[in-house]
Amino acid sequence: MKILVAVKRVLDYNVKARVNAEGTGIDLANVKMSMNPFDEIAVEEALRIKEAGKADEVIAVSMGVSQSQETIRTALAMGADRGILVETEEELQPLAVAKLLAAIAKREEPGLVIVGKQAIDDDSNQTGQMFAALMDWPQATFASEVEINGDKMKVTREVDGGLESIDVAMPALVTTDLRLNEPRYAKLPNIMKAKKKPLDTLTPAELEVDITSRLKVVKVEEPEQRKAGEIVGSVADLVDKLKNEAKVI
Amino acid sequence: MADVAALPGYEDATPDIVSAILEEAGKFASEVLAPLNWDGDQLGAKWTADGVTTPAGWKEAYQQFSESGWNSLAFDPTYGGQGMPGLLSAAVQEMWHSSNMAFGLCPLLTQGAVYAIESHASDELKQTYLEKMIAGTWTGTMNLTEPQAGSDLAAVRTSAEPAGDHYLIKGQKIYITYGDHDMTENTIHLVLARTPDAPAGVKGISLFIVPKFLVNADGTLGERNDARCVSIEHKLGIHASPTCVMSFGDNDGAIGYLVGEENRGLMYMFTMMNEARLAVGIEGYGIAEMAYQRALAFARDRKQGPVLLEKDSDVQGIVNHPDVRRMLMTMRSQIEAARVMAYDCAAAFDFAARHTDDEVRARFQRRGELLTPIVKGWSTEVGVDLCSLGVQIHGGMGFIEETGAAQHLRDSRITPIYEGTTGIQANDLLGRKTQYDGGKAVDELLEDMRATHEALAGSANPVAAKAKAALGDAIEMTASVSQKLVAEKNPVLAASAATDYLMMMGFTTGSWAMARIVLAADNTEDRAFGNLQCAIAGFYFDKIATHAKAHHLAIQNSASEYYELDQALL
Repeated sequence: MKILVAVKRVLDYNVKARVNAEGTGIDLANVKMSMNPFDEIAVEEALRIKEAGKADEVIAVSMGVSQSQETIRTALAMGADRGILVETEEELQPLAVAKLLAAIAKREEPGLVIVGKQAIDDDSNQTGQMFAALMDWPQATFASEVEINGDKMKVTREVDGGLESIDVAMPALVTTDLRLNEPRYAKLPNIMKAKKKPLDTLTPAELEVDITSRLKVVKVEEPEQRKAGEIVGSVADLVDKLKNEAKVI
Repeated sequence: MADVAALPGYEDATPDIVSAILEEAGKFASEVLAPLNWDGDQLGAKWTADGVTTPAGWKEAYQQFSESGWNSLAFDPTYGGQGMPGLLSAAVQEMWHSSNMAFGLCPLLTQGAVYAIESHASDELKQTYLEKMIAGTWTGTMNLTEPQAGSDLAAVRTSAEPAGDHYLIKGQKIYITYGDHDMTENTIHLVLARTPDAPAGVKGISLFIVPKFLVNADGTLGERNDARCVSIEHKLGIHASPTCVMSFGDNDGAIGYLVGEENRGLMYMFTMMNEARLAVGIEGYGIAEMAYQRALAFARDRKQGPVLLEKDSDVQGIVNHPDVRRMLMTMRSQIEAARVMAYDCAAAFDFAARHTDDEVRARFQRRGELLTPIVKGWSTEVGVDLCSLGVQIHGGMGFIEETGAAQHLRDSRITPIYEGTTGIQANDLLGRKTQYDGGKAVDELLEDMRATHEALAGSANPVAAKAKAALGDAIEMTASVSQKLVAEKNPVLAASAATDYLMMMGFTTGSWAMARIVLAADNTEDRAFGNLQCAIAGFYFDKIATHAKAHHLAIQNSASEYYELDQALL
């Protein structure tokens, strides 16, 4: 069985995001970029499944600018077997990513696709679900435990009320939640070997996917600063302010 | 780095691999090693008759460290090393020492032992020990010092009696870093000792491999050797790093295997001394880097009084008081100068080892050897001062242990002492590295400094003018004083000027490092970073390079009358 893992190049989680001067997005000039942390969890899970003898190959897929190669190399250094980059300078929205991933899945025919539940840059939480719909596959989102038994999977999901356990038939899609696992550190010899592992580059045109944006960004701005609080003299003052200033009662 | 990667054997050190390695090492240092640093200091290593135990979490972290392959970075691929350049290793080592110096010492000592075996031991010994030591499965130690033999190793008394294919070692060694611990299944001691009919003094010392557990022919571990840790020291800092008193041969004699030939042990040790001293120099500024990061975070957060700088910013911490800025810049600028000097030194040894041209190799060997005592002596002396500034920035909180700033100061204090004190480095720089070759290595350094000086003329950068002035002074001071000292016939005068000479060379070489930073900043695409680097360099030229003049004057003022005083009057 092959496992396909999607990895996204995002602003490093330690970097404080700033809106660019034009107000059209986040300033990405000369800032540190890394693999989306939820995708690291996805890579780790795929590797564990392979190490348990339940998969033969782990393929890391990324989409975007050519520097996304570095993100794929990180996955290869962790232990993935090969990489595929769909290279484009265009902005990719979740639907486009889901379609591209579906096109690759149709070529590679994996038994399992694992993606992060969301990327920490736009927090969309859509790609996995859209992909499953496009493929007409079962989906197991927000996974905190994955157990593979033959051609079936038992997945524990983190839901609002607690944990939900579901059985899914494979091929299927899993999106990872934080508690699924703790990603490993890449070993030095594997970092060196990663460079020699195969990495194919494709374009959206080659995959015959229309990546036109369906959403338009109107404006990006910093959240409003929190205003300083105020100590009121009496309960009567408080009620007055709530009624006339805050207008909440 | 590109020039080093162009050397034969370093083809793998491409920019993408180098940045992936730095990235992952940084992750490991900050997520695995740094969180253990404080507990390690508070709990410390513990001694029992059965051996030394390291603080909680240490063993697991070490296993993760060696399983991740970090120990093998710069070693020979024949024995499982990754064969990467020393320059890259210098950058990676800094991270181990910044995040957790007491931990970083263990691989540092293993590295020294590996180099000694790699360079001088027989193939049979290499086959038996190197692979496991390079992997980090076994650690190594360096057993030189005895109670009466510290800086003066001629006084070593430990004995080695021939017994068939091996020797029986008897004697006591002190200050043995990681001489015993519970992190690995075996520890390989390198021990200096005397054979029965060895000549007196330094020419009668041999080097032996003494394993904690003997190694069977099939590579498995055999009997416990007669080598034990009999106590550990209570120290000012690096509490988690066990500093052992080792006793060899309390019962039948510890089995040891001769490295190379008899009576050449001290020479073998010296071939790897440069590496070890460079590594301690890296510790010197590495620990100061941690002190700086901690002080900076505190200064941003701590609010006291209205600030004079960035009045409208949302950061109203003491970082915006000019005097606190002065302290932070003093730290940052010297750390960066020290880092460039250490990289120069590491790269020089890479060129000396791998360049195809004999003359180039010899020149870089001289450069590396000249820079080694400066990196070791200056960067550690300055490092302690900077860790002290780190405490100062914290104010009263800096004096409170829980803050963590004090630990860096305590840990740093050993760095100007071990692997040869600053006084020893100064004698090495002035005697062996300057007077002995008639000032040749210094002249070559001056040549390179002059080339940078000329290159600065072509820079439109406003800081370049400052750099030119400071570097001009540095060249003038280095040239005049070095000539004077090479010609100095009075050994007392030379010895009394040596430490000032070392410190002056540190500050002048620092000016050269900073001048090159200014030139590099001209070509940096990232303008914000380039401007920051120029500001740091400008600060160095204005406020730090001035120290060179004080030491220069002190050398001129060296006179023997102070030393003719009867010591009883002191």
